Amino acid sequence: MQRTTMDLWVGLFVTAGIGALLVLALKVGNMGTYSAAQSYTLMGNFENIGGLKPRAPVKSAGVVVGRVVDIQFNSETFDAIVTMSIDSRYQFPKDTFASILTSGLLGEQYIGLAAGGDEVMLKSGDKIMKTNSAMVLEEMIGRFLFNKASESNGDKN
Amino acid sequence: MPRRIVLGIRGVGHRVIESVWRLGRASRFFMLTLLKSGISLRRFNLIIREIYFTGVLSLIIIVVSGLFVGMVLGLQGYETLQKYGSESAVGTLVALSLVRELGPVVAALLFASRAGSAITAEIGLMKATEQLAAMEMMAVDPIARVVAPRFWAGVISMPFLAAMFSAVGIFGGYLVTVVLIGVDEGSFWSQMQNAVDFRYDIVNGVIKTCVFGVAVTAIAVFEGYDAPPTAEGVSGATTRTVVTSSLAILGLDFVLTAFMFRGMS
Repeated sequence: MQRTTMDLWVGLFVTAGIGALLVLALKVGNMGTYSAAQSYTLMGNFENIGGLKPRAPVKSAGVVVGRVVDIQFNSETFDAIVTMSIDSRYQFPKDTFASILTSGLLGEQYIGLAAGGDEVMLKSGDKIMKTNSAMVLEEMIGRFLFNKASESNGDKN
Repeated sequence: MPRRIVLGIRGVGHRVIESVWRLGRASRFFMLTLLKSGISLRRFNLIIREIYFTGVLSLIIIVVSGLFVGMVLGLQGYETLQKYGSESAVGTLVALSLVRELGPVVAALLFASRAGSAITAEIGLMKATEQLAAMEMMAVDPIARVVAPRFWAGVISMPFLAAMFSAVGIFGGYLVTVVLIGVDEGSFWSQMQNAVDFRYDIVNGVIKTCVFGVAVTAIAVFEGYDAPPTAEGVSGATTRTVVTSSLAILGLDFVLTAFMFRGMS
């Protein structure tokens, strides 16, 4: 088959198109942070997950160490089961504390892992025992008002 | 007076029935193109030739408009976001709006008016000058030889054009906000990478462009093939291509967006 300059231009066009897709995937998207490396799953029961969503980051000391994979409701204990996939490079002790935090005032919610001091590490499929629910603004305000009211009652007596 | 009303109602009915008829013909033509594209996929140099005309030559308009759209998005986004002190989120705004919506839609609109109209005019003129009839006389199937290569060339070029549009647009936004205005470069890229998901944003955008590519080129080749073989008929068909495919792009975009981002955060 004869080679023409048209073929060259079309080749360049397709290369540029694939290049643009790669730029979008790696530089713009989070493909770079999607570790293709192995990960293991951890679970945690939370009393209230607030606005946590699947794909939310799991951070420890501010570093993203994994992502939330799945959130389900446990109809026996009436709390939420959150499944997280954690990068295998990072191991956490058995008594790690998981809490749902908010980045900034209006930011997204994420799970923060605070490592404990246990010698035994968490394995895949393990459940994090110590969890801390998300802060719900209404509950906080309610508690604050309740405290205020009881304080002023105390003053009167 | 009643006669006029009767005529009016009859006219409406006539147009409705005519358009349903045309829709059926278009669907049959589309299926025929798909069935006969096996021959043209085997003669791939035909498709390469058409990719040159529809894709490579549309590159300049796509790249230039992408750059300007990105720059305007950067400017406008910065103006609004700096009121709330979150100007570092401008990267997220530019990237998400380009990758999800503006990249596929604006690139497809440009593609429809740049390449779709050319395809219609070319095929319509081939029909008007009886080149298609001559091909049939020589036992060359015009759908396999003329229509299918143009269709596949459009379908192949469209995702690449839209990806380039988005990439260049994000570069334009970067140019205006980081280089000219002075938004922090690190937070520009890192916030963007945190917000743009590969599966949900980029892959969905690519799916959209593939659908738009099929819609635009299918409309363009059908209008060309169906055009009345006169100068007036070809010009009308070209206009209809641009109008119908623009409407199809916007309508399909709504449907696809509703499907893709319904269950999402």
